[in-house]
Amino acid sequence: MKPSRFDYVAASTVTEALDLLRQHPDARLLAGGQSLVPLMNLRLAQPSVLIDINGIDGLAGMTAKPTGALELGALLRHRHIEGSAVVRTHAPLLASAMALVGYPAIRHRGTLGGIVAHADPSSEIPAALVALGAEVIAQSVAGQRRVGANDFFTGYFSTALMNDEMVIGVILPPQPTVTGHAFVEFAPRHGDYAVVGMAAHLAFDDAGLCTAARLVACGVSDRPVDLSEAAQVALGEPTLGDAAARRLATGVAGMVRPTGDIHATSEDRRELAQLLAVDAIREAFNTTVQEVGR
Amino acid sequence: MSEHQIVLNVNGTSHTIEVEARTLLCDALRDGVGLLGTHAACEQGVCGSCTVLLDGTSVRSCLMFAVQGQGAELTTIEGVGSVDALHPVQEALSRHHGLQCGFCTAGVVMAGIELLAEHRSLTRHDIEVALSGNLCRCTGYVGIVDALEELAHRHASEGVSS
Repeated sequence: MKPSRFDYVAASTVTEALDLLRQHPDARLLAGGQSLVPLMNLRLAQPSVLIDINGIDGLAGMTAKPTGALELGALLRHRHIEGSAVVRTHAPLLASAMALVGYPAIRHRGTLGGIVAHADPSSEIPAALVALGAEVIAQSVAGQRRVGANDFFTGYFSTALMNDEMVIGVILPPQPTVTGHAFVEFAPRHGDYAVVGMAAHLAFDDAGLCTAARLVACGVSDRPVDLSEAAQVALGEPTLGDAAARRLATGVAGMVRPTGDIHATSEDRRELAQLLAVDAIREAFNTTVQEVGR
Repeated sequence: MSEHQIVLNVNGTSHTIEVEARTLLCDALRDGVGLLGTHAACEQGVCGSCTVLLDGTSVRSCLMFAVQGQGAELTTIEGVGSVDALHPVQEALSRHHGLQCGFCTAGVVMAGIELLAEHRSLTRHDIEVALSGNLCRCTGYVGIVDALEELAHRHASEGVSS
């Protein structure tokens, strides 16, 4: 299949892109194109104007804030984030999740802003961002606002983004000194969309005991599902024992009501969520990272 | 709807062609430049047949528009080897029966070249993961992985990259 006809305009600044977006209500922004172009090739998306934002300077940076937060530009490619020493130190969960997105050739083009705005409920990245307590920076002609990742993803391929706004970056908040993380998923093949995926993010005290636990699933609803309540069984623990693992699994089962589809039934997805929750928390206990110099 | 005159630098040669905004890079390479080695199959980024190198990194040419290829250095299968002088990846694939119909092969070669250039040592599992984005409906992948594994071992022992 080939895309239907459209006009192509390359924007060189955010202001220019936003102006074009306001002038053309059914225009779409073209970033990495790794989700948009398949939709256009299948004619599920038929924008009349495509605004190419790849040439905008200043959207592919990483900025460490004095607060300890890390700001990531919307045009950072997945492959860059995956291999970045800064991200691997500050938010290794995001780097791990990125490595599971598509294939190398996809990750060379795909962008952080694109994957966030696309909001695929099967995607690893929205779940990882919710687990990390990230904020999405949305820019319009009127100004800039930050939306918490947990409020940003509102349904299947739907976000809190207004028609005249674009994602210009993501802010990862300061992280505790000692953390553990894991992103685990069940996918038929590496790089395929996960049937169910699970992001775990733990914080530890000096004695190695868990002081905070975040657990977020993808693939079990129309948006990331925060299962942190069930993960509180990890608090005060040095590891996830069998009894705690059973309580975790029971808690997760009560919190997800997945829809069945051709890939997996509702029951299968719930069971996967239970198994992956235990795997993710166990792995997070085993992958503690101490942020250097903090 | 917009039409564009663009310059594509492919395998070291500049080509000035007319394309529609909607023309995919793979179609511009095939129909505009006349290089038929890059194959377009699924056109949704899944199969990897259309993989080319854009400024040295692998991309899906079915998920880029030709207008986006302006100013970049593109490498297609025609730029890596010829019938008389096969690239080592092509030679190894041939020897290990890593192809039958050959439809996916150009994409496999491009992905394989990049993989071997990026890593000093590779396990079989690394190769399988890296090549998971290249579908082959003939070989069952064993020959493909064998070929790349042999080259990876050779690189590791000789300390050279392709």
